[in-house]
Parts: sequence; structure tokens; C-alpha cells
Amino acid sequence: MEVPTGRLAMWWVLASETVVFGGLLGSYVMMRLRHGAWADQAANTNTWAGAFNTLVLLTSSLSAVLAHQAAERADGPKAARLLRYTILGGGVFLMVKAFEWTHEIKEGLTITSSLFWSFYYTAAGLHAAHVVAGMVIMFIVSLTAARNEELHRVENVGIYWHFVDVVWIFLFPLLYIAK
Amino acid sequence: MTQRAYADAPHHDETSYVAIWGALCALLGVSVLGPMVGVRFLTLITAFGIAIVKAYLVCRYFMHLNVEKKWVAYILGFMLALMLVFFGGVAPDVSRPEGLRWQKTYVEPATPGGER
Repeated sequence: MEVPTGRLAMWWVLASETVVFGGLLGSYVMMRLRHGAWADQAANTNTWAGAFNTLVLLTSSLSAVLAHQAAERADGPKAARLLRYTILGGGVFLMVKAFEWTHEIKEGLTITSSLFWSFYYTAAGLHAAHVVAGMVIMFIVSLTAARNEELHRVENVGIYWHFVDVVWIFLFPLLYIAK
Repeated sequence: MTQRAYADAPHHDETSYVAIWGALCALLGVSVLGPMVGVRFLTLITAFGIAIVKAYLVCRYFMHLNVEKKWVAYILGFMLALMLVFFGGVAPDVSRPEGLRWQKTYVEPATPGGER
């Protein structure tokens, strides 16, 4: 069986996203190896908040793949419900991020504080923008899925969400653990 | 694609997804607790080694790369290879403090809030 057009397009989107995030994370690693002082800067990030957000994204990925499974079984309403759980996970992730950033900015750790914080806000901000985009697209897909229409879109948006999860899996150790 | 044709696509066992999610959560626990030991080598293994394993599990089982056409994995692999070329080409210069007609003057400022 050939790869459906929608899914093929999604893979190409992710291929380009791989270069975008790969370039950013590659640059971060280069600088991190050069500047030992970044370990001191990274000591200010909240590991537990990052770990909780990782758990939230992993769980939202589970609901996304279960939505895909429900779509495969032609159970659109269940797929839509699971997609909304995934959106909820994205919302929790963003709320934790907002809590973290508020705290950090109050401490004077802004995007212009240093090269580390510049990378921190750029990488986490770009990732958060992808989370928001995923939530919006998922909501639109859930509307049609609830009517048992266009169920193949559930898989496509799920693949996107898993990619966002994979990016965070690498951001978490880079920004929160390597201290 | 008709809904019937989509419903005829290969299915995956629900319990296996939950089991994979459980494994991912367990790995997350190790990646958080490992660095607390304070051994640099162990931190690198538990943080970045486990990140690679977690990403592999998500790509293979949640994104279904294990049953997707092989060339999809090749496309993604090619993009990763490009990233390595970028890293290999630029990193040597980034790590040098000076060159023939240039010198790095940037100094990382002290942390404003101090360590938490």
C-alpha cells in the first residue's frame, strides 16, 4: 500500500522541522561545550517542572496514539475525545511553562541575560509555538472526527504531536539536567 | 481514503501502547534521578543516552516508523545526517578562541539570581 498523500506531506513537514530543531539544538551543544559557565546558568532551571512537563507530553502522546487507534477502528467520537485529552495535556504543558518563565523573568533571567538564556527562551519558545499549533490543528481535526469524517487526519496530527514530544525529550536533558 | 479502507489499516494492541508509555515514564524517572548521584559520566548516560532510547520508542511505536515505508525513515535519517554535517563543519571553529584575523571576546555574564 502506498503512503497516503496527507501522511506523506506530514513526513516532509517533519523532515524540515528536523533540520530546524536539529540546527538549533546542534548550535546549543556547540556553545555548551565551549562555555563551561553555562552549567551555572542551567542550575537556575527548574528540573522538577521540566520533568513534570516531560511526563505530561509523554501522556499526551499516549492519548494521541490511542486516538489514532480509535480512528483505525472507525470510532470517530472516541478518537475526538482522546484528541481533546491530548489538547488538555498541551494546555497543562503551557501552563507549567508560563509558571516557570514568570518565575525566571522575575529573577532577572531574561532572553537578553546571557547566551544560555537566549538559547533557553528561543528553543523552549519555538517548541511551545509548535505545541500551540498542534493544539489548534488537533481541535479542528477533533471536530470532524467526532462526526466520523476524515479519520485519517487523526493519524497525521498524531504523528506531528509525537514529533513535538521527541523534540522535548531532547530539550529536557539539555536545558534542565546538564548542569 | 474511505473510512472503511482506513479502518482496514493494520491495528496495534492497546495494551502495548500503555506498556510503552509505562516504559517511557520509568526511563524518565531514571533520567531525573541518575544525575543526582553526581557522577558526570553517569549523568551523560542517564540524561542523553536515555533520551535517545525514549525518542526511539516514541518514533518506533507511537509514530509507527516500524511499519511505515522504509524510505520515510531514510528521509528523516538523511535530515539527521545533514545536522551532523553542520555540527562537524562548524563546531571546530566555534570551539577555537581565536583565528587568523579574529578573536572571541564574548564572556558569559554571571547569573543574576545566583544558583537556586
